[in-house]
Amino acid sequence: MSTPTTWRPPKLIANPFLRYGLISFAVLYLICSLVPNLVPYVSLDIDWARAGRGLPRAADMLKRMVPPDFSRWELLQKGVFESVRMALAASLLGMILAIPLGLCAARNLVPMPVYLVGRAMLAITRTFHEVIIAIFFVKIFGFGPLAGVLTLVVASMSFIGKMLAEDIENMPPGQLEAIRATGASFPKMLLYAVQPQMLPRYLGVSIYRLDANIRHSTVVGIVGAGGIGQVLAASFSRYDYDFSLAILLTIITLVFLGEFFSNWVRGRLR
Amino acid sequence: MTVDEHAQKYPEVWKRFTPRQTLIRYAWYLGVVFVAIWSLDTLEIPWFYFLDAHEEAGDLFARMIPPYWAFFGDIAGPLIETIHIATLGTAITVLLALPIAIIAARNTTPNAFTWFIGRFILVASRSVNTVVWGLVFVAIFGPGPMAGIWSIAARSIGFVGKLVAEAIEEIDQGMVEAIEATGASRLQVLLIGVIPQVLPVIFGTIVYRWDINIRESTVLGFVGAGGIGIVLYSSINQFAWHEVSVMLIAIFGIVLVSEFVSATVRNHIT
Repeated sequence: MSTPTTWRPPKLIANPFLRYGLISFAVLYLICSLVPNLVPYVSLDIDWARAGRGLPRAADMLKRMVPPDFSRWELLQKGVFESVRMALAASLLGMILAIPLGLCAARNLVPMPVYLVGRAMLAITRTFHEVIIAIFFVKIFGFGPLAGVLTLVVASMSFIGKMLAEDIENMPPGQLEAIRATGASFPKMLLYAVQPQMLPRYLGVSIYRLDANIRHSTVVGIVGAGGIGQVLAASFSRYDYDFSLAILLTIITLVFLGEFFSNWVRGRLR
Repeated sequence: MTVDEHAQKYPEVWKRFTPRQTLIRYAWYLGVVFVAIWSLDTLEIPWFYFLDAHEEAGDLFARMIPPYWAFFGDIAGPLIETIHIATLGTAITVLLALPIAIIAARNTTPNAFTWFIGRFILVASRSVNTVVWGLVFVAIFGPGPMAGIWSIAARSIGFVGKLVAEAIEEIDQGMVEAIEATGASRLQVLLIGVIPQVLPVIFGTIVYRWDINIRESTVLGFVGAGGIGIVLYSSINQFAWHEVSVMLIAIFGIVLVSEFVSATVRNHIT
């Protein structure tokens, strides 16, 4: 048996059948999905001629975007403030509502029927995209920031609730048993065994959610639920691309500041 | 020590916090409540909308039941298109996120300027929501799945790139030095010293993002970027709630399945 003289890095997938199988599957998938009308139902309906004209169109759009037009800054400022307020209000309400939801979805605290209801609520609220939820709230509460706030509340509630439930389930049971052994009632157990272990991470996740909500508050506006997104969608539909770029730059700055703030607070919490 | 002093030093009732800590805590609570009231108050929410909200909601659900099951035949195509948009968008992300992550990581970026560019791309990509990217790409490529694929990619690059860049910054520098000491070129150092260390993170993040992207691609149709969203939006606009409920059930199904697939694959990788 000869000794190899050149070194080869080890492959990520050791099994050659699986490796080549996955590669050929990927190639086959690309061909079947991208070539128009190759396989009925599976192939994407892409108009390649139209897509080919995309590049000059992008250049043209860019030309109309630059320089960004900040002259309507009053509208911009109003939208930004509305978005920030929506995010703040929604994060706080979501934080509060997440506690009962998270407790109900933790297997080690509640009986089976409650657990199943809690988990089902988490699954349903997490599955649907914010925009779908927003449409329903717009239908029920009419256009404007109220629908946006409620959408973000639902989204934050299920996000924080899921984290909370999983943390409670992974909690070391020692303290819980110790407090239970003193004869504490269920609320006291929550207060003295669960809350001290959960609080730092709960606050961390909530602060993270605040900055996520700032990002999401820009999109619920597209279906008419208020905030800067509504201004952005309007400017796009009027082909006001220079104003759109101004809004996009503002959103990027806002998100960047929000993220900076959230990282700073989370660093302090640790 | 008098009895009083003793009682003060060793109280019989145990308290978790000192008075000072309690005071600071209540100051925080007050601050948070103030922010909540300020943000809700200035949003000018028409509270009277809540008066008939339950009727509106009840009306909506009454119209959604029973679901118009035969509609499943009409939405099979759009559903497959939704999955394609998410998958192909994620595939483009694989190709684009890695180079951007490399220039955005402090230890692999060539110089300060490229680092800034890398960071800016990541922040810009993440700040703009998928649906907002949808608006941009529909203007470029025209309505259809092509715009959807690129919007998914544009948003995912920031997500995947950020996590991969963070992983690159935390790699074991010893391996990189070992490869450099053999006289390897920069590219070889990257390929053999850096990338194998972060491959599990790359694949894990990609699979995780794919399942988020399935969720996001369900609403891309609202701005015309293909998938089930187009049908959903038109059914909502026609108040065809029987069809809407069928689509919601279908979306719930594919999102749950994709979440399950993604979790299984991630368990195998790590």
